[in-house]
Amino acid sequence: MKRLPANFLLGALLVSLVVGVAALSLVWTPHDPQAMSISTKFAPPSTEHWLGTDQLGRDVVAQLMAAARNSMTVALVAVLLGGSIGVGLGLLASALGGWVEDAVMRLADLGFAFPALLFAIMLAAVFGPSLTNAVLAISFINIPIFARVTRASANQIWTRDYVAAARAAGRGRFAISRDHILPNIAAAVIVQATIEFAVAILAEAALSYLGLGAQPPASSWGRMLSEAQTLMYLAPQLAIYPGLCIVVAVLGFGLLGDGLRDITDPRLVRAR
Amino acid sequence: MAYFLFRRTLGFVLTLLAVSLVVFAVMNVLPGDPALTILGMDASEDAIAALREQLGLNEPLVTRYVSWVWNALQGDFGLSHSFRVPVSELIAERLPMTISLAVAGMLVTLVLALGLGITAAAQHGRAGDWGVMFLSQLGIAVPAFWLSILLVMLFAVKLRWLPPGGFAGWDDPAAALRSLILPTVALALVQSAVLARVTRSSALEVMRQDFVRTARASGLSRRRVLWRHVLPNALVPIVTIVGMQFAALVTGTIVIENVFYLPGLGRLIFQSIANRDLPTVQALVMLFAAIVVTANFVVDLLYVVIDPRLKARA
Repeated sequence: MKRLPANFLLGALLVSLVVGVAALSLVWTPHDPQAMSISTKFAPPSTEHWLGTDQLGRDVVAQLMAAARNSMTVALVAVLLGGSIGVGLGLLASALGGWVEDAVMRLADLGFAFPALLFAIMLAAVFGPSLTNAVLAISFINIPIFARVTRASANQIWTRDYVAAARAAGRGRFAISRDHILPNIAAAVIVQATIEFAVAILAEAALSYLGLGAQPPASSWGRMLSEAQTLMYLAPQLAIYPGLCIVVAVLGFGLLGDGLRDITDPRLVRAR
Repeated sequence: MAYFLFRRTLGFVLTLLAVSLVVFAVMNVLPGDPALTILGMDASEDAIAALREQLGLNEPLVTRYVSWVWNALQGDFGLSHSFRVPVSELIAERLPMTISLAVAGMLVTLVLALGLGITAAAQHGRAGDWGVMFLSQLGIAVPAFWLSILLVMLFAVKLRWLPPGGFAGWDDPAAALRSLILPTVALALVQSAVLARVTRSSALEVMRQDFVRTARASGLSRRRVLWRHVLPNALVPIVTIVGMQFAALVTGTIVIENVFYLPGLGRLIFQSIANRDLPTVQALVMLFAAIVVTANFVVDLLYVVIDPRLKARA
């Protein structure tokens, strides 16, 4: 058995840590993340509050754990939603070719003109800021990314002999897409999804930091940082932990995605 | 060549039109009355009717879209509700901040990324290479706004070398530059993480080729080969990423201006959201999207300048 690449192992470790903490927060946090106690505000780390408390006396560890859960949920929904629409469009483009393919790819180009932030800004201006709008904005930017990756990979599979055989046997384009194309491009799609998961975590944090994502009292690493920024002189430590959490989560999914790509597509290892 | 320019320009114009359609559609067609959004739930019906009239909301959608695009092409983005001045005036006032930040960020990014990327490639497999790769991996994972907060805590709060934010205007150029140092660095560090990786891998590809070995064998110094022969030939993938990065930088300024309270377009967009100033938000989103599309268009044209072989194919 070949040794697994280091980036995959480190990525898997960090991802397990973050996902594990997020899952644990469903059943247990050291304190209620929202429970305020003004008398113990800005408490230093202790056995009672491992990383101390914030300006409202809320336990920092409990908030970080709840924020991990929220961050993972947002990234999961956004990547699943944007990814499935994108993969569907990519498969459609590849299966039908011609003007449908052209139309889908031009639409994808158009999608690239709107970074998630701009889309979230439009939605916030019309509907008011909310986590749902942030999720929609992040999903939206995932559609063209997945549509492109899917189409590029699917076009290669369509040239294979076994696909030609399936067509000769009279199978339709959609059946072939489902039974032959999709399973064979799954690796590429999963690699992309892992990387986009990291991007989504960063985007959620940025949107929440700017007030366009998670609204109070929901816990979010980005929002914790925007609150901590105003308290920089009083309690600088509060601006450290949420940032570290974001870095660990993004680094983890990024490394895991790179590692998965190295494993599933060994030709790329040398070139990179 | 003329055909290539024509096709690319046509594509660029069509993309801009499509972008304007999307912006207009999201801001106007989605359910909800813009007049009600602007005035709030407790506004009187008369006030809403008057604002609907003023905004031209009683006109058919197509008419409104066409007149919005037509006026925008002539630099007229309508009237800002919250500031009570033409949106174009607001943009003209704040554009210099955003452009200076983006251009300064891009320059620092290029210097850092090309330097680090080429150094890493030259040191392939050794400590310098691993160090650059590690830093860039980390840089990609660090959110720019958190890096900004850390920089402020170190250089403004602790060391007191630089201001923590705000901008006093261009009248005192030295003070103005001092307020722009931290925002520029925060923007550039994150961007150069991505670009350094691309530079490194692109340079490594080129270094494997025969002409590099020939150049070394003919007695040219390592340094000269790297900068005069390897870098120019490694530029095509680098320019692609630079184009995408300029777009990222421009939207990055939206975040950074809000972290450092700088009076640019990014700060204006958030003030406009808070004030429910829809015409201003619509104009600014369109402007930012147009900058992104234009950057990609310019990159497409640059390919041909950098790689004359593409000209023949075009």
